[in-house]
Amino acid sequence: MCGEWAGAASVTVAKAMKLRQDSRSSVLTRAGWANPPMSSLVEVQSVSKTYVQKAQGHKPSRPFKALDGVSFSMTRPERIGLIGPSGSGKSTLLRSLSGLIVAEVGHVKVLDKTVQSAGRLGEDVREARATMGMIAQQFNLVGRLSLFTNAALGLLGRINPWRGFFGLWNADEKQRVMAALDHVGIAERAGQRANTLSGGQQQRGAIARAIVQDAKLILADEPVASLDPVSARRVMELLVEVNERQKVGVIVTLHQVDYARKYCDRILALKAGKIVYDGPANALGLEQLKDIYGSEIESAYWGEI
Amino acid sequence: MSVSENRLAALEPPRASLREKLFTWGAWIALGLILAVSFRGAQIGDLYLLGKNSSNTQAYLQDYLHPDFSSWGTIRLYIDKMWATLEMAIWGTLISVLLAVPFALLSSANLAPQWIVFPVRRLMDILRSVNELVIATAFLVAVGPGALAGVLALALHNTGVLAKLFSEAVEAVDNAPIEGVRATGGTRLHEIVWAVIPQVGPLWTSFALYRFEANARSATVLGIIGAGGIGQILFDNINSFNYARVSAIAIVIVVAVTLIDIASSAIRKRLL
Repeated sequence: MCGEWAGAASVTVAKAMKLRQDSRSSVLTRAGWANPPMSSLVEVQSVSKTYVQKAQGHKPSRPFKALDGVSFSMTRPERIGLIGPSGSGKSTLLRSLSGLIVAEVGHVKVLDKTVQSAGRLGEDVREARATMGMIAQQFNLVGRLSLFTNAALGLLGRINPWRGFFGLWNADEKQRVMAALDHVGIAERAGQRANTLSGGQQQRGAIARAIVQDAKLILADEPVASLDPVSARRVMELLVEVNERQKVGVIVTLHQVDYARKYCDRILALKAGKIVYDGPANALGLEQLKDIYGSEIESAYWGEI
Repeated sequence: MSVSENRLAALEPPRASLREKLFTWGAWIALGLILAVSFRGAQIGDLYLLGKNSSNTQAYLQDYLHPDFSSWGTIRLYIDKMWATLEMAIWGTLISVLLAVPFALLSSANLAPQWIVFPVRRLMDILRSVNELVIATAFLVAVGPGALAGVLALALHNTGVLAKLFSEAVEAVDNAPIEGVRATGGTRLHEIVWAVIPQVGPLWTSFALYRFEANARSATVLGIIGAGGIGQILFDNINSFNYARVSAIAIVIVVAVTLIDIASSAIRKRLL
């Protein structure tokens, strides 16, 4: 049953590839920045993050371990699906990869630049961030700015800070932004305000921003959680395409296990802040899922597993 | 009686505790005491004078009913002076907006560290609590009588007001776009100019226009103490008992302020 299902998935992906091939623009590769030599894309070493819950009524304040000694690495551009029940630390892990959350213990390196180490942001965290694209569930585009400007913000980490401050993008950069928007299929909406776009279009805008960034790694935090199935599929297919064509590593947190198995090649499962599964997506079976989510997963997913 | 009826009869609606009752009564008694004590100081007992001096009032109001719009020259004078007052309000507002933006950002807890937020907020509290009139008296000494003293007084007082309003808007912004900009490798300034300002822009503009309305009224009063403009001729005419002119000037002020209110609230509505 598993094999059948995986076969169907690859057919869908291949179809998407073919569609994209025709519309793909060569400007992107021409204007692309030189790739720095790299040994490891992501390195996470024994990261722990503890939140202190505030005292509520009679309950005293108590520490809550969101991440408990998490380690993993990505040596080539993979698609990692980060799964686990709510509160298992998925978002915390993803956000600490870009240094939006600082963990007390452990090290995070992205493309050999230290994002954070032992409770402190690295010296070159901004350069590290410039190589990462971030896509959030609560669409993190700036609503009142045009889609074009939002995608152009991907340039901020790359150009002179003052030029970025005043938004003085040069002709090459403007063309690069339009090419990225064309790549995700929403170039015709470039002048539209981000908050007038649909959820799926906003997520594709965020992917365009990552492409403009020339990101080597895309971090997506529940990117499809508030999208309808059709938009969700397009966003996931786009992530697959960017990963396979542009060799961009993708780490995506997902609530839907079937999305993770369909679109990712490696799965990391978190439970109570610890990694309980790290392996190929197609090796993730019912036994592991029961271990991650509890035995009720069987009734929640019957028919699909 | 059935079992269920028994059970329903035993259910008691919630009642206020003795402590809650005492507190409510105490609050009402305290309010009554404050009103009684301040009755004499506020001379509420002299309300009957309103009727007693009615003949004086009638004579006064007679002049008011015939506003002096007799010659084109006087009308021109009123309009020139009204415009001078508005010029004062325009520049006072502009300077206060320019000063309030950095102060607002520095006094927003989500952008600046606590050791900066606290002193900046206290400084803004001081500016806000001192009335324009008081500030203007100081500037009248420093730069002499005239519009500039009024402009500076409005600018300083409104910096305090707008910095507070602006920073409240900043503290209410959505964090996701800020993180979005931060995650691209942008600097702190990039976060402010690309993620914070676009979110608060309409609200800030609306606050600034609202303060401009208030400043147009305040600038009139500032004229009375020597900042020039329509307030000055209003005061001169009151002193020389020329109530026909006072009435005409009052009408000009009301019309001008109303027009500004209508225009600015129309703009504010479109912004939000």
